[in-house]
Amino acid sequence: MAMAILYDSTICIGCRQCEEACAAGKHIAYNDKIAAEERLSERKLTTIRTYGERFSRKLCMHCQEPSCASVCPVGALEKTKLGPVVYHEDRCMGCRYCMVACPFQVPVYEWHSRIPRMRKCDLCVDKLSQGGMTRCSEVCPVNATITGERGAMIAEARKRLAEKPTGYYPEIYGVNEAGGTSVFILSAVPFNQIGYNTQIPKSSMPQLTWAVLQHIPQVVVVGTVLMGGIYWITSRREDVAHEEGRR
Amino acid sequence: MRSRARFHFWRFVGLGLAIAAMAATALRFGGSLGASTNLSDQFPWGLWIGFDVLCGVGLAAGGFTLAATVHIFHLKRFEPIVRPAILTAFLGYVLVCMALMFDLGRPWNIWHPLIMWNPHSVMFEVGWCVTLYTTVLALEFLPLVLERFRLERARLMLRRIMIPIVILGVILSTLHQSSLGTLFLIMPQKMNALWYTPLLPILFYISAIATGLAMTIFESWHSARAFARQLEFPLVQKLSRVLAVIIAVYLAMRFMDLSGRHAWGMMDQPGTERWLFGVEIVLMAVPMLLLFRERTRNSPQAIYLCSVMYLLGFVTNRLNVGITAMERASGVQYIPKWSEVAVTLGLVAAGFAIFRVAAQYLPVFEDDVPPAAPAAWEAEASGAYSVPAGE
Repeated sequence: MAMAILYDSTICIGCRQCEEACAAGKHIAYNDKIAAEERLSERKLTTIRTYGERFSRKLCMHCQEPSCASVCPVGALEKTKLGPVVYHEDRCMGCRYCMVACPFQVPVYEWHSRIPRMRKCDLCVDKLSQGGMTRCSEVCPVNATITGERGAMIAEARKRLAEKPTGYYPEIYGVNEAGGTSVFILSAVPFNQIGYNTQIPKSSMPQLTWAVLQHIPQVVVVGTVLMGGIYWITSRREDVAHEEGRR
Repeated sequence: MRSRARFHFWRFVGLGLAIAAMAATALRFGGSLGASTNLSDQFPWGLWIGFDVLCGVGLAAGGFTLAATVHIFHLKRFEPIVRPAILTAFLGYVLVCMALMFDLGRPWNIWHPLIMWNPHSVMFEVGWCVTLYTTVLALEFLPLVLERFRLERARLMLRRIMIPIVILGVILSTLHQSSLGTLFLIMPQKMNALWYTPLLPILFYISAIATGLAMTIFESWHSARAFARQLEFPLVQKLSRVLAVIIAVYLAMRFMDLSGRHAWGMMDQPGTERWLFGVEIVLMAVPMLLLFRERTRNSPQAIYLCSVMYLLGFVTNRLNVGITAMERASGVQYIPKWSEVAVTLGLVAAGFAIFRVAAQYLPVFEDDVPPAAPAAWEAEASGAYSVPAGE
């Protein structure tokens, strides 16, 4: 069963308890100064952002076909069946291609560590695998963030849009972005007004590279045959010239 | 006297650079990436990837270009310049690997792609190709060492398997030179449309071939001066002609692609991007146009300057793809820290120094040119050497 979360920014009161619970779960220090930094960093794997009266939350989107997992040369990132995209620290060599490739600009780095890690939200995979829900969902006092089965979360989002069409911008962020994610977001205003990137392609990103990479076997076979052939012809020509020249 | 003063000047420059590079190395490995670079979560790749890796690999493309020309296509007249090209390529790849050790967050895991596979990753493929190709280059370079120490039997054994090795080298180069462009295909929304195109792999490959030729001309000129030896001028002339044609093909593809994607509109947008794009195109188009003129190709200096101009255009292109194109979407401005620049310049200087030493002690240049042959480039330029007509 694939799990997902639904964040409804129209309910969110910006209390930042999700930030605090997340930091506690990941054993990251958290205080008022860090709370005021409204962007992802090694100190903050999820963040509330303030846009006037409105709030929006940023965290890893847990794509269905994640760019990060596709580009990682050592398979340190993995899309689990359960939904979360998880990071295997011991495999990582620190090339940071995941950070470059992520369309949502989510992965962050421990720039000042000697044994640095990439950091990002893992959808509390430790709790999900026990049948629980994410810490941010657990702690949210107004249920702005809820955890559940992916299909059910989309259904719930659609239901809210249908029940209160005037209260919502009529789209669900995350259903189509980058070919679909496991984090869905609802908003009262167009998503780019509360900090979500709306330029992200609506199709699978890894396909862009795979379209090229899949031709490698052909390049190898055709290239080898072609060059072997050219070598054979040119060296034969040389041999013939040599023989004829001697006679 | 003047040359002596110049020698001292370069010695001081070298010394200063060595100290700066050592300080930067201490900062990197004693400290962290954060302490030694201006990289950030918004801008995770900088000069070490943009220049040291993207340009480094491209500048070493002369190795496979000339190995194929001579060993596969049997254009034996180019034989005298194969060895310097292979030496440059080998040094280039070794330096790229060293640069990677600086850039990787966990350099001690650099071997992981060899056992932890992810065939969907372009970086995985590049890692494998670079590893294998560096080995191939070591094998292509080995005959020089074996000759120097008169290890005849080993040399003959190696010679027997050289053709498959060369073919393997060409395939591996084709794959990873183009794959360096494929690396960027997964982020269409992050890159400026002047540079993002599905054709990036092909464009990277073609420009790498041109760069290989330009680097060979560059080396021939410098080693002719440094070692006061005769220069393979007729060969350089032919290379310069091919160079012009390849740049022309490259630019034609570039322009057709920009038109096809309706990307020229980006030139109306204010910012540094359009200027840097202009610099890149001018630095490639001008040497191409000049090299199409016979008068340019009759002057060694002109050919040399055209090659340098193209090489600068190539470097600008790679830096634009790796840095300029992504700056706007990242929302931050990236300017390399002094330590990033010091490591980069230090590696380039190390490359020049090792080339010089290797050329001095190993049979890099064939010195079977008869002594009556025309003197070095300068003499040719001053008219002491009449250029032979093309074949």
